Amino acid sequence: MTALDKDKSHLYRLALLFAAGFLAFLVLRAVMVPKGFGRYGHFRAGALTDIRSLPVSYAGRAACADCHSDIVDMRKGSLHAQIGCEACHGPLEAHATDPDTTKPQLPDGRALCLGCHLENVAKPASFPQVDPKEHGDAGPCTSCHNPHHPEIS
Amino acid sequence: MEAILHGVQGYMYPNEVELQWSILIVLYPFITGLVAGAFILASLERVFKVEAVKPTYRLALLTALAFLIVAPLPLQLHLGHPERAFEMFLTPHTTSAMAMFGFVYLWYLMAVLVVEIWLEYRRDIVLAWRASTGVKRHLYGVLALGSDNISPRALAIDDKVGKFVTIVGIPSAFLLHGYVGFIFGSVKANPWWSSPLMPVVFLFSAMVSGIALVLLMYVFFSWLRRTAVDMLCLDTVAKYLLYAFLIDFSLEMLDLVHRIYEADESFRALDFMVHTKLYVSQIVIQIYIGTLVPLALLGLAQLVKLGERARRAIYTIAAGLTLVGIFAMRWNVVIGGQLFSKSFLGYTTYKMGFATREGLLPAIVLMILPFILLWGLLKLLPPWEKEGAAEAKPLA
Repeated sequence: MTALDKDKSHLYRLALLFAAGFLAFLVLRAVMVPKGFGRYGHFRAGALTDIRSLPVSYAGRAACADCHSDIVDMRKGSLHAQIGCEACHGPLEAHATDPDTTKPQLPDGRALCLGCHLENVAKPASFPQVDPKEHGDAGPCTSCHNPHHPEIS
Repeated sequence: MEAILHGVQGYMYPNEVELQWSILIVLYPFITGLVAGAFILASLERVFKVEAVKPTYRLALLTALAFLIVAPLPLQLHLGHPERAFEMFLTPHTTSAMAMFGFVYLWYLMAVLVVEIWLEYRRDIVLAWRASTGVKRHLYGVLALGSDNISPRALAIDDKVGKFVTIVGIPSAFLLHGYVGFIFGSVKANPWWSSPLMPVVFLFSAMVSGIALVLLMYVFFSWLRRTAVDMLCLDTVAKYLLYAFLIDFSLEMLDLVHRIYEADESFRALDFMVHTKLYVSQIVIQIYIGTLVPLALLGLAQLVKLGERARRAIYTIAAGLTLVGIFAMRWNVVIGGQLFSKSFLGYTTYKMGFATREGLLPAIVLMILPFILLWGLLKLLPPWEKEGAAEAKPLA
């Protein structure tokens, strides 16, 4: 080692420390980054298979319409016509697969409605909204409104 | 939610009613600004050979380090799940400015500040290693990386490398704080933030706040250690504070005049906000108390011949008010940008908690923490010259 090298040796040690840190980072990266990360985008490619293998919860509107055509007819022309059945009734894949053993729960005819229709200054004025203290008699909304065709003419 | 709705005036979109970026996000640019400013002051001596500010050089570096260590903590507390923070290094998202913060931060901390402090202090570390015993001796030995070579040539090499690191450090400090301004300036949906001037304004306000903080620290520690304040140093630091502040204020006024003259569709909504909800924090605290008063005081000290005591008092008051003003500026940017509806038809209110995760108490703790760290750093690496240190016994 020359005299100049000796006077720079502390800098070599610093460089070595940084190199060791960088190496440790590379090792950590190799260990911690999941396999397949970045193959299709900024996510783990295997997540797609994982998600695909999860059990299906929602049957979709077409499955409901197969049996409940009377309700589909009732909803025609209503403001609620475009709302998915399972948006109110909850996920019903199990019921669609085996209608006899799994029965859907009847939604709460007051709390469910107020989830969308509670008066709020932030909602567009044209959207139907009520102050439950002033509107109705504290009973379920469904005693006056048919949830599948709520307009009262 | 119901409680916040009482603070809503006019029309707000549902997702605007409650503020998402709290006081912790105010602290983040404030703290990083102090870091960048303190470093830029330190580089005045090192690169631009402003010898007069030498007594503040080491103190400025340690102040920058203490605040830089705390800088990411408000973000960690705001986001939650600090254990996930490391993932931004493992799987970097190069198209997201926010996700690149980790690299900006790490570069500035490790490649600039730590290396510069190490090179600057290496002689002192080795001398302390030689002079101390027990655990302290081991600690200084590790800090010296086991090398006790402090020959004149080795120190001359350190000085050369240190200068190079500082030269790299200046654009890095600009990058760090320019980046923070960029984060706000690039939010095109928010007219209060969206401005290409934002990174520049943030940068100059960072310099102002960092210089003011180091000035205060220098006066405070001189008082604490019962040592005389180097008035030439203090006068020079105050002069740079005045110059940086004048540029910062001019830029902010330029931005204001531009907004008033342009008067785009957001102008009436923002103008109303400045005259109502932000009146105290923007007009009174930021502009009057935090900018015009310190500018007048610093200008007065330049124009009128004053005694040492008076100058010291004026500089201290001006620096203190400057910090209040720059904090108010961060507040007005972060909080102000969330108080109005993007429909320009309504305003909401910021309700700050106290002992909550993003409340006032953690914010106060986070502001005290850098001073505790600084105290530790000052114990470990005293920035002031020690009498007789050079004559310490050689390492056995």
